[in-house]
Amino acid sequence: MKKQTPIIEIKGLFKSFGKDKDVLRGVNINVNKGENLVVLGKSGSGKSITIKCLVRLVEADKGEIKVFGTELTNLAEDELNQVRLRIGFLFQNGALYDSMSVRENLAFPLQRHRPEFTDTQINIAIEETLESVGLIEAIDKMPSELSGGMRKRVGLARTLILKPEILLYDEPTTGLDTITSREISELIISIQMKFKTTSIIITHDMACAKFTSNRIVILRDGVVYTEGTYQDLEQSEDQWVRSFFI
Amino acid sequence: MVIEIRNIFDGIGAFILFIFRFFKELFKPPLELKEFIKQCYVIGYKSLPLVAITGFIMGLVLTLQSRPTLAEFGAESWLPGMVALSLIREIAPVITALICAGKVASGIGAELGSMKVTEQIDAMEVSAINPFKYLVVTRILAATLMIPLLVVFADGIGIFGGFVGYNIHSELNIIRYNSLVFETLGFVDIFPATIKTFFFGFFIGTIGCYMGFTASNGTESVGKAANSAVVYASLAIFIIDMLAVQLTDLIF
Repeated sequence: MKKQTPIIEIKGLFKSFGKDKDVLRGVNINVNKGENLVVLGKSGSGKSITIKCLVRLVEADKGEIKVFGTELTNLAEDELNQVRLRIGFLFQNGALYDSMSVRENLAFPLQRHRPEFTDTQINIAIEETLESVGLIEAIDKMPSELSGGMRKRVGLARTLILKPEILLYDEPTTGLDTITSREISELIISIQMKFKTTSIIITHDMACAKFTSNRIVILRDGVVYTEGTYQDLEQSEDQWVRSFFI
Repeated sequence: MVIEIRNIFDGIGAFILFIFRFFKELFKPPLELKEFIKQCYVIGYKSLPLVAITGFIMGLVLTLQSRPTLAEFGAESWLPGMVALSLIREIAPVITALICAGKVASGIGAELGSMKVTEQIDAMEVSAINPFKYLVVTRILAATLMIPLLVVFADGIGIFGGFVGYNIHSELNIIRYNSLVFETLGFVDIFPATIKTFFFGFFIGTIGCYMGFTASNGTESVGKAANSAVVYASLAIFIIDMLAVQLTDLIF
């Protein structure tokens, strides 16, 4: 079988915040095209920092990050933005712009990056994307009128509107009830199917990990401790790994 | 102690770099005209009632307080000119700027601080939109342009307040009152006082944006950003005013 070229390659990633605060201590992760990779780990193990380094929201101290075969660490701002346009990032609380309605939240990136779009085309794109996350009825609402789950869906719609090839989810089900968490997990899968995206999902929610993952990586003290499928890791002989699955 | 001093210099250095970044981003596309106009509306138009009330009271009170002393010397006719001179040269610019420090700088600090804490600024950055250009440059520019206009407005309302105050004890029609005002005022009174208001506006906008944009994570930092924005902007207004007065004194 032909070996797949990873779409995301992270090699020897180091990041520290001040003296004696090493968060990442040589993380190595590869993600293949079309794959859903779940990253698990205790709080403070460096999961969120890893995906933030991936879009250079946080600058790594050392290491290589290749996305679509392009080394990101030394890219100039304009070149970096070209790569960022192909990556969508769902923040923990959706990070919706409070002063804009749902429609304006979705229109904002489109108006910036698709100047050739007419108002009608923008409206069609917004409606289609909101329909794909099942929230068309919230189109004219303000973020303050939305529940936690709805904010995450709208946040996801906003990232999807630019049709990214990679999606990074930072704890997509945190703070949600079991039913809404399940709905978000289903949405992640349906997006993977529909848009053929590659995803990294940071989560503490094992139900979400089980449902969405093709592969799981577990971080411990800033390094990859182990990796495998959900079933492999669930039956691991390592007590610490198994503690995630209890 | 040494660490505290180093932190102060670190802070000043970071603020200076923030100003450099503003000038660097200022000339980069896109223009962000829509957001700039929105901020002009928020900073300028929405501050009008507050500035009008304080401007009126400044003129009225200054007239009422100065009248007894001038009347003692039989110089009551100097009152309109003296009030206008005090308002335009010093009181209206400083008081208006201080009010804007309270309203505008704290508003910007809190808004950007909360955007930072809720990752809205990060969201902008990952969607390849320059948050500095969109949020900071537009707000600083709007403050730099709107605060001088608010000061000119406060000057006018203050002079009108002076007219009302004058007419409480005496009788003078508005045309005569205005001619007494404009006989006293010269280029040297208006020009330097107006120029310094651009600096007031620039620093009110910059300090508000700096405090909000660099807020650390956590809701507590939003309050801190708003509070520090008011304190440092007010301090900056007094320092700029002192420098402007010294400079005006040297040049004119």
